[in-house]
Amino acid sequence: MAEDTTNTQTEDKKLDNSSQFLSFSLGDEEYGIDILRVQEIRSWEPVSRIPNVPKYEKGVVNLRGAIVPIIDLRERFGLGHAEYNPLTVVVILQAKVEATNRTMGVVVDAVSDVVDVELSRIQNAPNFGAKVSTEFINGLVSVNERMVMLLDVAKLLQLEKLHEDHQDQYH
Amino acid sequence: MASILAVDDSASMRQMVSFTLKGEGYSVVEAVDGVDALNKAKGQKFDCVVTDVNMPNKDGISLIKELRQLPEYKFTPMLMLTTESGMDKKQEGKAAGATGWIVKPFNPDQLLKTIKKVLG
Amino acid sequence: MSIDMAQFHQVFFEESFEGLDAMESGLLNLDMGDVDDEVINTIFRAAHSIKGGSGTFGFTAVSDFTHVMETLLDEMRDGRRQVTQAAVNVLLGSVDCLREMLTAIQDDSDIDVETVSEHQQALEKELAQGGGALAQPVEVAAEVVEESVDPGASPGWEIAFSPHLGMLRTGNDPVRIFRELSELGDLEVTVDFRGMPSLNEIEPEDCHLSWKLILKGDVQESEINDIFDWVEDECDMAISPLRDENGDYIEAQAIDVEPVVEAVKQQPTPVAAKADAPTDVNKTTKPTVKSDSKSKDNKSSGSIRVDTSKIDTLINMVGELVITQSMLSLVGEHFEINKLDQLKNGLSQLERHTRELQESVMNIRMLPISFVFSRFPRLVHDLSTKLGKKIDLKLVGEQTEVDKTVVELLSDPLVHLVRNSLDHGIEMPAERLAAGKPENGTVILEAYHRGGNIVIEVVDDGKGLDKEKLRAKAIEKGLIEEDAILTDKQTYELIFMPGFSTAEQLTDVSGRGVGMDVVRRNIQTLGGNIEIISELGKGSTISIHLPLTLAILDGQSIAVGDERFIVPLGSIIESLNITDDQVNKVAGKGETFLLRDEYLPIVRMHEIFQVESAQRTNLMDGLVVVVEGQGVRCGLFVDDLLGQQQVVIKSLEANYRKVEGVSGATILGDGSVALILDIPGLVRLSNQ
Repeated sequence: MAEDTTNTQTEDKKLDNSSQFLSFSLGDEEYGIDILRVQEIRSWEPVSRIPNVPKYEKGVVNLRGAIVPIIDLRERFGLGHAEYNPLTVVVILQAKVEATNRTMGVVVDAVSDVVDVELSRIQNAPNFGAKVSTEFINGLVSVNERMVMLLDVAKLLQLEKLHEDHQDQYH
Repeated sequence: MASILAVDDSASMRQMVSFTLKGEGYSVVEAVDGVDALNKAKGQKFDCVVTDVNMPNKDGISLIKELRQLPEYKFTPMLMLTTESGMDKKQEGKAAGATGWIVKPFNPDQLLKTIKKVLG
Repeated sequence: MSIDMAQFHQVFFEESFEGLDAMESGLLNLDMGDVDDEVINTIFRAAHSIKGGSGTFGFTAVSDFTHVMETLLDEMRDGRRQVTQAAVNVLLGSVDCLREMLTAIQDDSDIDVETVSEHQQALEKELAQGGGALAQPVEVAAEVVEESVDPGASPGWEIAFSPHLGMLRTGNDPVRIFRELSELGDLEVTVDFRGMPSLNEIEPEDCHLSWKLILKGDVQESEINDIFDWVEDECDMAISPLRDENGDYIEAQAIDVEPVVEAVKQQPTPVAAKADAPTDVNKTTKPTVKSDSKSKDNKSSGSIRVDTSKIDTLINMVGELVITQSMLSLVGEHFEINKLDQLKNGLSQLERHTRELQESVMNIRMLPISFVFSRFPRLVHDLSTKLGKKIDLKLVGEQTEVDKTVVELLSDPLVHLVRNSLDHGIEMPAERLAAGKPENGTVILEAYHRGGNIVIEVVDDGKGLDKEKLRAKAIEKGLIEEDAILTDKQTYELIFMPGFSTAEQLTDVSGRGVGMDVVRRNIQTLGGNIEIISELGKGSTISIHLPLTLAILDGQSIAVGDERFIVPLGSIIESLNITDDQVNKVAGKGETFLLRDEYLPIVRMHEIFQVESAQRTNLMDGLVVVVEGQGVRCGLFVDDLLGQQQVVIKSLEANYRKVEGVSGATILGDGSVALILDIPGLVRLSNQ
């Protein structure tokens, strides 16, 4: 909660020095999220489905009285679906979107580590071609010879916008 | 510590008076008009009464007059909050048995000074 | 002691705005011929409180302005001044002006000095005409003279002080006076017992003593007078400068009066400083208060004023809840099966307390509808003058309570409706007389509770709606087909259609580009609906039905497959089993069924919400729940009805987004989330 006023701009600034990222895996790929955007990590619990929304929007849960949407990041990034099991993890993120604080949970395969990242080591995201959208990637960094893609949380939380862009994902 | 009954129909004035006095350790009960004050004064003996003059239901002067009739309030200091233009009100208040007055607008320090004066 | 006065500002603003509303309605209610003293008193009191508060909290512009109003009102109150319509109008203008001043201060913006001085001049002009404004200036002048005559300081004073018998009965204690005097300088007190009656004649509550006091030090006579200020009329006293043994004035012997005064002023002794204290404090406090009010953002704190009795109830309930809780934990600590009854008992108590607690918490958000109604007398007064119509406004059921949010959102739609009634409903006086109606038109604004709803009605005895005209207009505007068959109700409903306006000419009263369609939409966003009935030549009644609160809903939970949804209980008309042969399939338009003489569309929940787990897809297997929302009726096909319960409405949009067919969400007893259905949204969905 402490950093709830941080927006993309200050997030960029943080990269100036050194920042901590939570890294997690989706299939074979490794992603990182600014640790200050992470509110908590929970295990997967059944959600209440929301009708007529993209398939990657799994539904909503009750997070201490607030209604919070849960997004499957694998499906969001077009990496296929994985069965949920007790080890499946939901990372609760928050960021300011259009002047309001939003909270959202993302389903990931597993949380790996907290890594310190220096600016000098972050590279711009290359063009992945058609396979993965670079829209949500802030940059790349190499940690222990693995490539970690750093995600832009504020963009990730902008659901309305995604909604229009991905009409074809209605099922 | 002394207990004070603060009577004013204006919530902000009442809060200011009550907050100021509580800050000095007095125990304060608030009343919104003369009728409310009279009921509260009958239920508990206060060491001092601070009342506004212009109030609905029962004004400050009638309140003081009626309180003075009660044996337990015969000698209790009762102060009225009055405006500078109300010289005749002061006389009327004295006649009703008011101990003295505090002239509005006043600030917390003036209020405390006057209260200390009568409560010692 | 430093107290942050800014913390009282919000309350001051709130009560001042309320006071202004009271003044306004009081002024509007004044009957020039027969002035009600209590009304004038109320108006005076409101002005007086605003003046007192603004002075105390350092808003001098406001207190100066209010002072003039107060003077005028005071004279009216004392009967020294005739209450005229002109004066009332000036006062009404001043109320508006004050409201703007206070809003400006609250928003930390600049006060419009020109407007203020305009109104102030109008007030002063009014004051100058007639009435007995003379008494006070004279009094003030007298006071000033008295003070300027003050002989100044002396090295010491002798005070002869003999209280009247009853002085103690004003709560004034001689000891208090001596204590204060001793703070000014060295005090010698000599008691004079000579007034004491014999012991058996003594009246213990009387003051029989008198005193001779010698006060030494650089003390101003006015300081001594200040101390005796309160008892002036309850004692005989004489203050004289100290004489030496020869009977000469000490000061006359030693120094001139002037230099002493100078000396006191230049190097104030602690005593002198003390006497100056009040003014010093004033000077230093004021700027602090100002900067505080600047730094603190008071804009719409979203606060609410609550009757203390409501809070007391709440505290009582929490108390009971705590008792129940401790009882339960005692039972649970060493639970044995023979304690089962105790446990059940405790749980049912817990349930009751929780429910009561919930009710009282909700109750805190409830405000009387008078918060909205109170602005209408002024509106009607101003508008009828402008339109040249004669209109009586009646407010009924002002104490009806409704949720704060509803109150706030209701105001604009109601203003629109009342304006419409005044502008288009009520006829000109001549027209009314010609139609055999009373010259004065009547508009009634009424609120009452019905079921879980509040109903607000705007009733006028004006010319009513002309069905033929409405119909012609709708056809002209292309809103309906020429051969459309409409019931009366449907015809009246036309006025709520976008792009429909019956006014032959737009006036600046109601023709503001906002139509009845917007009013209806606003009411619908509040979860309510609006209806109109009318009779040509007799008048119209517009009724608004609104839920009492936007935070809680009586819900019916329904099952579709293994999913649960909540349907607002108020929107359910009935539920029934239907068979396939009752269903008509309309090509391209889905299914309908005949309920009495109305064809209703069937909305299959499992289809429009794509519930994969749904087993019952055959109409015979499930239930059809007939629901109505915002004038739309349909039959929801669901698997089953489950329980009814009160649910707390949660926003889906806070973290997520608006979903068609869903008005919100709630958390069920098991902690899971259920969606609350939005009937019109569902109908829209099923039409897609």
